Amino acid sequence: MNNHITNILIQIGLLVFMPPLLPGVINKTKAAFAGRKGPPLLQPYFDIYKLLRKGMVISTTTTWIFQAAPVVTLAATFLAGMLIPFGAFSSPIHFSGDLILFVYLFGLARFFTTSAALDTGSSFEGMGAAREVTFACVSEAAVLLGLLVLVRLSDTFSLTPMLLAPLSHPLEAPVLLAAAGLFIVLLAENSRIPVDDPNTHLELTMIHEVMVLDHSGPLLGIIQYASAMKLLIFETVVLHLVAPFHAGLPVVDWPVFIIEIIGMSGVVGAVESMMARLQMRHIPTLLAAASLLCGFGFVLMVR
Amino acid sequence: MNITIYLLLASTACMTLSGLPGLLLSRRRMAGQWIALALNLLASAAGMAALLTFAGNGCQSDLMTWGWALPWGRFAVGVDVITGMFLLPILVVSALGAVYGLGYWKQAQHPGNGRKLRFFWGLMSAGMMLTTMARNGVLFLMAWEIMATAAFFLITTEDQREDVRAAGWIYLIVAHLGMICLIAMFVLLRWIDGTFNLWFTAKMPAASGVATAIFLLGLVGFGLKAGIMPLHVWLPGAHANAPSHVSALFSGVMLNIGIYGLVRIGGIFPAPPIWWGATLFIMGVGSAVVGMIFAFCQNDYKRLLAYSSIENMGIVIIGLALALIGKSIHRPDLILLGLGGALFHMLNHSLFKPLLFMGAGSILHAIHTRRIDQLGGLARKMPVTLLLFLIGAMAICGLPGLNGFVGEWLLYLAMLHTVSMGHMDAVVWLSFGVPALAVTGALAVASFVKVVGTVFLGNQRSSDLDQAHDPGFSSLVPMAILALGCMVAALVPTTITGMLVRAVQSWNQAMLSVRGSAKMPAPMHDMAILDAALLVAGILMVIAFWLIRRRKTVAPRPTWSCGYAKPTSKMQYSGASFSRMLAQLFNWMMPGRPFVLPQRGLFLQPTTLTHDASDTLLDKGLIPGFALLRRLFLWFRPLQNKPVNIYVAYMLAILLLLLLALRFQV
Repeated sequence: MNNHITNILIQIGLLVFMPPLLPGVINKTKAAFAGRKGPPLLQPYFDIYKLLRKGMVISTTTTWIFQAAPVVTLAATFLAGMLIPFGAFSSPIHFSGDLILFVYLFGLARFFTTSAALDTGSSFEGMGAAREVTFACVSEAAVLLGLLVLVRLSDTFSLTPMLLAPLSHPLEAPVLLAAAGLFIVLLAENSRIPVDDPNTHLELTMIHEVMVLDHSGPLLGIIQYASAMKLLIFETVVLHLVAPFHAGLPVVDWPVFIIEIIGMSGVVGAVESMMARLQMRHIPTLLAAASLLCGFGFVLMVR
Repeated sequence: MNITIYLLLASTACMTLSGLPGLLLSRRRMAGQWIALALNLLASAAGMAALLTFAGNGCQSDLMTWGWALPWGRFAVGVDVITGMFLLPILVVSALGAVYGLGYWKQAQHPGNGRKLRFFWGLMSAGMMLTTMARNGVLFLMAWEIMATAAFFLITTEDQREDVRAAGWIYLIVAHLGMICLIAMFVLLRWIDGTFNLWFTAKMPAASGVATAIFLLGLVGFGLKAGIMPLHVWLPGAHANAPSHVSALFSGVMLNIGIYGLVRIGGIFPAPPIWWGATLFIMGVGSAVVGMIFAFCQNDYKRLLAYSSIENMGIVIIGLALALIGKSIHRPDLILLGLGGALFHMLNHSLFKPLLFMGAGSILHAIHTRRIDQLGGLARKMPVTLLLFLIGAMAICGLPGLNGFVGEWLLYLAMLHTVSMGHMDAVVWLSFGVPALAVTGALAVASFVKVVGTVFLGNQRSSDLDQAHDPGFSSLVPMAILALGCMVAALVPTTITGMLVRAVQSWNQAMLSVRGSAKMPAPMHDMAILDAALLVAGILMVIAFWLIRRRKTVAPRPTWSCGYAKPTSKMQYSGASFSRMLAQLFNWMMPGRPFVLPQRGLFLQPTTLTHDASDTLLDKGLIPGFALLRRLFLWFRPLQNKPVNIYVAYMLAILLLLLLALRFQV
């Protein structure tokens, strides 16, 4: 019991303090590929800390929704993070059917993020919001098809046993297909390169970053923190599928989990370094391919 | 004690009469409207009291019959849990809509049609109540016809407008096509049972031809009323053109009556073949996904809400289909989750859809346009409406923390049960339901972000919006009650599950005998934990929000627009631009494609993007189809268009034929 509580506390601690590390790792990887030195590994922590201390410039067009959206997004993301197991350990909140809550919490976040984007009355941000809601229609199908594979594998509807089920079926084809599909969704949902490029100089080509153009100060800090947390959550989900190995000892498993997550971020960074951003009109096709991968995985499961 | 039924009959009678005194009173004074409102509230209170006594009696089913002057059985009305679950939204929405009408459709401002509206409002509510209570086939059909005809007069309230008349005609034709199917269906039911008594359990196997015919006729007849695709053609026009509180009554209640019929038909046969459920399932998934795609591409916010009703009815039908499949393959858990989820989602829809239509009505009342792209920035003018509309929008998107999520969650659980249980037929049929429902959810978020974002947020798109303001208390109070209902239904899902389980038991008699299966296999207590978690998260959010707001804002500035010095409200993203990308993905489905004026010459010309997704089936299928039929039946015309005496001769001929038929009867 005591051990259980310790693990829950470790998970909450990681969920709260680890997220900004991941963009740092990604940036470092990209810099290494480009032959640059790159920003310090902990730069995102400094950025968020700096933003939280700043004042805000608020557009006169906006309403309370603009200010509420980052907070709602962070709360929804945090709650989603409490639903999935980190490493070999059971998640803090789990019940039968929590995978639906997991998916819909991101829907809640999307509802407010895109509403806040439209709240500014800027066409750039409207553009980003339109892209976000359109691509989400395809990627949600992929997420649920991927989770269906795990439902079928584990015969449960709760994320903890579902994500731990690959332990007894390591690296089987359906799981790997689902992992590939979910990895594409990870790249899309977290505005990573083949889909979205946060670092481009042109707002016309962005999705997520363009929606938050008008947020500043603490609000922007919260948004960056929440999106790093979302990246951590998605990486954890994919990690369960591709690296289902645990020692069974908390002392070993927690450090291994942290190393694995850092490695995963490195992989994301490597993918970003080696690929160019796709044209906007090709993105639905990519996401449909992700759905198909997960769907084929499900067909293999049912067979 | 039959007090429940007496109270319900009194309530129905009071509802019927509610608009009658107003017909005799002045056109210009409010007296008639107040009397109608008082009678409507009285009727609803009596109905609520009846439902309370019914619940107090432990939901004992009850039946009363009287002899009547018609040759078809006896006048029979009854009440059971399913009837009660359908009566509840009728009573609530009818009363709240009448209150809303006080400010929205003032008699003093609508001397021409206010009295008519209120008369048919009462008549239609009463017709729907009687439909759910009828236990005699002929009585059911009579009540159904009262409801359907009154609905026609409600749609055509503003019959001086041509689009209103067109929508009314389409509705009337569709309603009577449905009626023909229902008459045929009840004749067949009489044939297998021998009486007109209703909602029996049939002894004959469901695989027989008669059973198949009953199912198909019922599917078309009731499906037309519920507005599931492809039987939805009347729905968008009718909902968009009726006064908004009438749309609320249609969408929140009348569609339910179609569902009611389908639920009853599904309850008749103990072991339906699996293709019944599969057919319904495909129609449900189709309605949900395609309905929402069409909703997202609308430029008229009332049509958008109407298509979203098609989507929600699709979700309800998915649940009903799961229950039918559960019956076919003998899975009580699937029946419980499916029908329970369907009924719960239907009740939820009766809360948030009237709320949204009333919100839409408040906008329409203030601005007099239904086009999304002419609005914008209403949040400052109508803050309370924004808040209430936002609650409704979040609920209908199924976002966690509100009631919409709980209903959809039950349906997801039902489908996941199927996926994991290994029955091959069911897995193959149902596995695509989960991703389809997820896509629907994402599309719903997209659609309602479009409405909220383009209508309420951003800059005003025209100066006509200056005079907009929140409506009065008589409009806000009903909306607030419905919004509160959305929150309460989410926080106490356990209270409603008991009712759902009873309803499912009375639907499926076989489940009464199976001990232990009468428990909802869904972890509703976990939902309570979830709600607590969401509540904590909500409180944390409020604290964080307060901390942020407290911080000094450095400078309020206009929205950043790439350094452009004179941004105008026209530079905002419009609703049409917002949905353009998805409309392009699905443009093979919609005839009204996004249209951009082409550019000519070297320099940029002014251009516009317009997009009005019209209904493909109606515009490309049915209207040309009916025109073809009209040409085919031209030969019939000489028999028509004659003086009255010829028609009298026709009737005489028919009378003679009937007499002859009697003579030659065995």
